[in-house]
Amino acid sequence: MAQGDVKQGIVSGRLAPNQYADNFSDLHPPLDRHEAIVEADRCYFCYDAPCMNACPTTIDIPMFIREIATGNGMGAAETIFEQNILGGMCARVCPTEQLCEEACVREEAEGKPVRIGLLQRYATDMAMADNRQFFERAASTGKTIAVVGAGPAGLAAAHRLAVKGHEVTIYDSRPKAGGLNEYGIASYKSTDQFAQAEVDYVTAIGGINIINGKTFGQDFTLQQLQERYDAVFLGMGLGGVNALRAENEDAEGVANAVDFIAELRQAGDLSGLPIGRRVVVIGGGMTAVDAAVQSKLLGAEEVNIVYRRGKEQMSASEFEQDLAAAKGVTIRHWMAPRRVVSEGGRVTGVELAYTAMVDGQLRETGETLVLAADQVFKAIGQTLNSDGGALELAGGKIAVDEFGRTSVSGVWAGGDCATGGDDLTVTAVAEGRDAAEHIHAALLAT
Amino acid sequence: MADLRNNFVGIKSPNPFWLASAPPTDKAYNVERAFKAGWGGVVWKTLGEEGPPVVNVNGPRYGAIYGADRRLLGLNNIELITDRSLQINLREMKQVKMNWPDRALIASIMVPCEEEAWKAILPLVEETGADGIELNFGCPHGMSERGMGAAVGQVPEYIEMVVRWCKQYTRMPVITKLTPNITDVRKPARAAKAGGTDAVSLINTINSIVSVDLDLFAPNPTVAGKGTHGGYCGPAVKPIALNMVAEIARDPQTHGLPISGIGGVTTWRDAAEFLALGAGNVQVCTAAMTYGFKIVEEMISGLGNWMDDKGHANLEAITGRAVRNVTDWQYLDLNYVAKARINQDLCISCGRCHIACEDTSHQAIMKEKDGKRHFEVMDDECVGCNLCVNVCPVDDCITLEAMAPGTVDERTGRIVTGEYANWTTHPNNPAAKAAEPAE
Repeated sequence: MAQGDVKQGIVSGRLAPNQYADNFSDLHPPLDRHEAIVEADRCYFCYDAPCMNACPTTIDIPMFIREIATGNGMGAAETIFEQNILGGMCARVCPTEQLCEEACVREEAEGKPVRIGLLQRYATDMAMADNRQFFERAASTGKTIAVVGAGPAGLAAAHRLAVKGHEVTIYDSRPKAGGLNEYGIASYKSTDQFAQAEVDYVTAIGGINIINGKTFGQDFTLQQLQERYDAVFLGMGLGGVNALRAENEDAEGVANAVDFIAELRQAGDLSGLPIGRRVVVIGGGMTAVDAAVQSKLLGAEEVNIVYRRGKEQMSASEFEQDLAAAKGVTIRHWMAPRRVVSEGGRVTGVELAYTAMVDGQLRETGETLVLAADQVFKAIGQTLNSDGGALELAGGKIAVDEFGRTSVSGVWAGGDCATGGDDLTVTAVAEGRDAAEHIHAALLAT
Repeated sequence: MADLRNNFVGIKSPNPFWLASAPPTDKAYNVERAFKAGWGGVVWKTLGEEGPPVVNVNGPRYGAIYGADRRLLGLNNIELITDRSLQINLREMKQVKMNWPDRALIASIMVPCEEEAWKAILPLVEETGADGIELNFGCPHGMSERGMGAAVGQVPEYIEMVVRWCKQYTRMPVITKLTPNITDVRKPARAAKAGGTDAVSLINTINSIVSVDLDLFAPNPTVAGKGTHGGYCGPAVKPIALNMVAEIARDPQTHGLPISGIGGVTTWRDAAEFLALGAGNVQVCTAAMTYGFKIVEEMISGLGNWMDDKGHANLEAITGRAVRNVTDWQYLDLNYVAKARINQDLCISCGRCHIACEDTSHQAIMKEKDGKRHFEVMDDECVGCNLCVNVCPVDDCITLEAMAPGTVDERTGRIVTGEYANWTTHPNNPAAKAAEPAE
């Protein structure tokens, strides 16, 4: 916040112009060559490595690190991309502290895992900067496949299908491809238009045609895709947002966190992006943290995350929670929103009920508190933007089996819109890739 | 505090840490700095005969190999003996010795293998007040092409001859520096002793090509597109040096001959190991060239603290203590049985012990137990080879434990007797059978 700046309401330009670039620079700056080699030397090259087994895409981590250590960065990139063509983005956004780095034996030994994410970024950045492609397409199969959604699942599926010699058309509702990588991740995790660079890198293989601005269920139907293509992969993510179910949530100044994050990512000039003086974010996941931290980085004076359960139940990782705290965000546990307080239709606060677990049930204790706020972000989960039609759903998502098959023959699904996975980029990539392998096998069998 | 004072063939120094003859001892400026830092002695960089001095290359003289984080493990060099004039060196040596009477100052010498050449230079050196001389029979590059250095050190008869001349023409103690570029280091050591040397010092550097520049396709260091073999030194050569020192220390013909131990000494511990294997003191070069002279403080402090801990009052109490435990393979106890033990509390489950044993040794370490990742030694397969101990990244996590007499070795089904028996009497040894009395 600029000194002495206490502008009320939702306004832009809270910071001095030069502060924006600083605040939204790379959260984890890349390793230079020497740092990468020193870090790579720390890897023990474990047998049946725990890190590899903890990776949803099963990247051969000890091998790529050994390749970095021996000055074979391109070999390292190839090892990564063989398993995960979005290895560049995963290196940036994976909650490594819950995956590979948590499993690293050095975490067990000394509490300091090998910085696998940063090493992966080192190798993938090197290959992408050189536009080195490691895959060649197989001879054309003459088969065509529709992919819905150009996010991590769709891109991973499309790439693997293209490698196998199929022709892929991706439909995406947004003006740009990339899905949540482009629209749903905090800016400081993916700087310098990385998501677009990655889309270009992935599609450079050929055989992938992306059609933007076409929404599933609106501009076309599943039936139409089935008629026109030999197979369909659904990877459109979760387009809907859960409602607060709190009184007065339509007041001016209440918005969806995902929309705020997308707007911020697409903003050319952050100083033009308005933000509240006092911001309350409701929710306990990564989206809540991304919205809260970025509110603070835009100059909000006071930012509270409100979550109805305890710290342990938050789906935001511990690293994310610590990041929020370090940036000056206050996380309040055991509080549920009851009512949005407003004046003249504009939000002025949020009335919260204290909660507690009583006999295994989350209950309001009867005590309440009003937090002053001129902006409120809802980050309480996303939903499938469809009733599924012919597709069988489970828990609000498209039901799939271990191969990504839906209940409808010839239709596969993966990523956030489908069951399984942890709503992570890396699990979406794994699901898209594996579904592609199964589609390929199924198409060859016919 | 343990007494670190060193008396090596009558040459006294406040501690056993000398700088070896090399670039760090090429001139008064460096040697003065070394003495200020605490070094007990220096062997002045090798002097050549009077006349125009040798010339060095004007490009790279060193090449290196590295461990993690560019930690220098091995260094090689193609530098020659001093490229300064003899008179300047002698003048500086005299001045330095006057300034530092309590420190050892040894002159390293290399002149052609002719009696007159040695007869000419020895009085000049003696006049400086130097405490002794070291005969450079080790330098493996450049000078050896001119019939000096290792070219002499590789011919025992020449060694004996030159040593004899030196003993004849100077009263100074003579230390003969040996080259490791031979097949059996005992032969040159015996020759030096036969010539009357007061001591030997070893090892000099090892013939080496440290790496190849894969763009130029030329050895490193590369001088205008070409390279030559250099002398290899630094931590990587220590094991070779230790063995050669031990070979001389335990050879009946040279046992008791004073040894100045050289080769990769980097820490007090390295020094203690050389002393234990029979060295009377040590000489250091690469460690100083890597970190500067200050490292001697750690060496003095570390050696003293270790000696205090163990109750060793002085250097004599350590020197040669391990020599009697260096033996031939044939005398190792074949009835000794040890098994690897993995401390499960320390194990970080990297699995390296398993894969090393599984792929390359005896399939004696399991990788899972009750469906979980778990590494444990299977005694019925373990031969006690120690590879798992060596590859484990955690200190003391895997240890080799001796089996107590009376217990059964599950691998062989035999009871551990606890009685010493070696190959010379083993039934599988044809020579042993033949040696039995033929009554």
